[in-house]
Amino acid sequence: MTLPHLPPNIVRAAYLVASVLFILGIKRLSSPKSARQGNTLAAIGMLLALVVTLLDRSILSYGTIAAGVLLGGVIGTVAARRVAMTAMPQMVALFNGSGGGAAAIVSSLEYLALARAGLPLTPVAGVTILLGAWIGALSFTGSLVAFGKLQGLVTERAVTYPLQKPINLLLFLGILGVSVWLVMQGAPNPAVYAWFAAASLLFGILFVIPIGGGDMPVVISLLNSFTGLATAATGFSLHNYVLIISGTLVGASGTLLTYLMCKAMNRPITNVLFGAFGSAPKGAGPAAGAGAAGLAGKAVRDVSVEDAATMLAYARKVIIIPGYGLAVAQAQHGVRELADLLKARGVDVKYAIHPVAGRMPGHMNVLLAEANVPYTELYDLDQVNPEFESADVALVIGANDVVNPAARSDTSSPIYGMPILDADKAKHVIIMKRSMKPGFAGIENELFYDPNAMMLFGDAKDSVTKLVQAVKAA
Amino acid sequence: MLEQLLTDLTIFILAIFVGYETISKVPVILHTPLMSGTNAIHGIVLVGAMLVAGLPEGPFVTALAFLAVVLGTINVVGGFLVTDRMLQMFAGKTQGAPRS
Repeated sequence: MTLPHLPPNIVRAAYLVASVLFILGIKRLSSPKSARQGNTLAAIGMLLALVVTLLDRSILSYGTIAAGVLLGGVIGTVAARRVAMTAMPQMVALFNGSGGGAAAIVSSLEYLALARAGLPLTPVAGVTILLGAWIGALSFTGSLVAFGKLQGLVTERAVTYPLQKPINLLLFLGILGVSVWLVMQGAPNPAVYAWFAAASLLFGILFVIPIGGGDMPVVISLLNSFTGLATAATGFSLHNYVLIISGTLVGASGTLLTYLMCKAMNRPITNVLFGAFGSAPKGAGPAAGAGAAGLAGKAVRDVSVEDAATMLAYARKVIIIPGYGLAVAQAQHGVRELADLLKARGVDVKYAIHPVAGRMPGHMNVLLAEANVPYTELYDLDQVNPEFESADVALVIGANDVVNPAARSDTSSPIYGMPILDADKAKHVIIMKRSMKPGFAGIENELFYDPNAMMLFGDAKDSVTKLVQAVKAA
Repeated sequence: MLEQLLTDLTIFILAIFVGYETISKVPVILHTPLMSGTNAIHGIVLVGAMLVAGLPEGPFVTALAFLAVVLGTINVVGGFLVTDRMLQMFAGKTQGAPRS
């Protein structure tokens, strides 16, 4: 099969158009109304870039490409159509890993091509190829581990072992040393390169393993940025501008999101990546924090479904605080039904979304959007915090650390300084939780012992369904 | 060589600024679609994969190139479709019953 070849200048002009479409697409993502159109624009840009690439004169055989696109297309379509909205974080991690893997292979094949042709390895080519391969491989295995953690295939906890940091540092320095050596050789050395590639893949695993599940919003953003940069690096080695531009756009986006997530938790990125936050279950020992000592002897107050429903039904203002527990229980549709019932009774209902609630940036917004909650009812931290004082009920559904007042007052708490939702300032707080188990940070939550707080134990979906029935009867 | 590098770097640096400016305007509620949308965009590495897969080579290189094309395509197709699915929910707010 042969296709007509396009002149190189046409191909480059088409790449320019594609780059512009990507930028316009991202620009339209800034409003919920135009966002879908923006995504379509970017997809058109992608299609254009891919079609002209097929017609590039350097492509001589189509068999491998056709087979690969067919297989990848089927896998991608099925995965994207089947995935539940609650499983979105791990899906994004998996797609991200695919891109990283592709970038690593492309860089490696560039290297091999130089070796086969007996060409020298210039410093620029060496640096860009090795960067693309290293970051791509790291993103590939790192994303797979993140996927495993989110999917529950690997423990969500931060995995730590003795000498973890020295080993990781040694591996990192080893990769760096071999890279410098490879670049300085002046000619490709595939045997040593294979070791470099294997070490890079291993590094991705060791890098993500010690990071706990609750920090995955940061990790996924960071890995997304890595894959973008790996793509940009392959663009440098192939001298392909559309790769450089789009890879860099994604790199910038991922970096910015990573920064926003860290800021939302008031923890530096180094603490997220190397702090092994939320490692072993801290249990009842002294590690449970100074706050727990003050809680000894205090008891939590249970509330029945009927009482909770009455409080909600006769409230003037209710603020709902969703957390990861809502996603796990898939309770988003029930929550909307409850909110609709309350609104029909004249209750003012608002949703308070903490920036790091859930397992990826904006996770709660997507879930609530799936349940047809209008985005105008979702409020972020700064908008909603002044509202709690005038709220009759704060309804906490499967959230924990993001409403822990210890973040405001207890300097010894690991989450001290994290901006939280001021649920405790509402007249009543109803906390829906499965058990008294601590949240991701592994610390006690003194909010549960607050005189205004009541616990409604049980599966979130189950409890919400019962609440809906009870509110109807109220 | 150096000239080429400088051109590449110019584009790279300008793209950082464009990226930062465009993305800092995206509101928090759209962060997940932003992530999965940009995620789809770095699937552009498929262009690179096609360029290396288009050369007739030995079985080892062909196998690797095939894998790169598969992975790149999953990234592109899956990424755009899943983002569209999400954004559909943000756009069509009032119509239709909640889907499960």
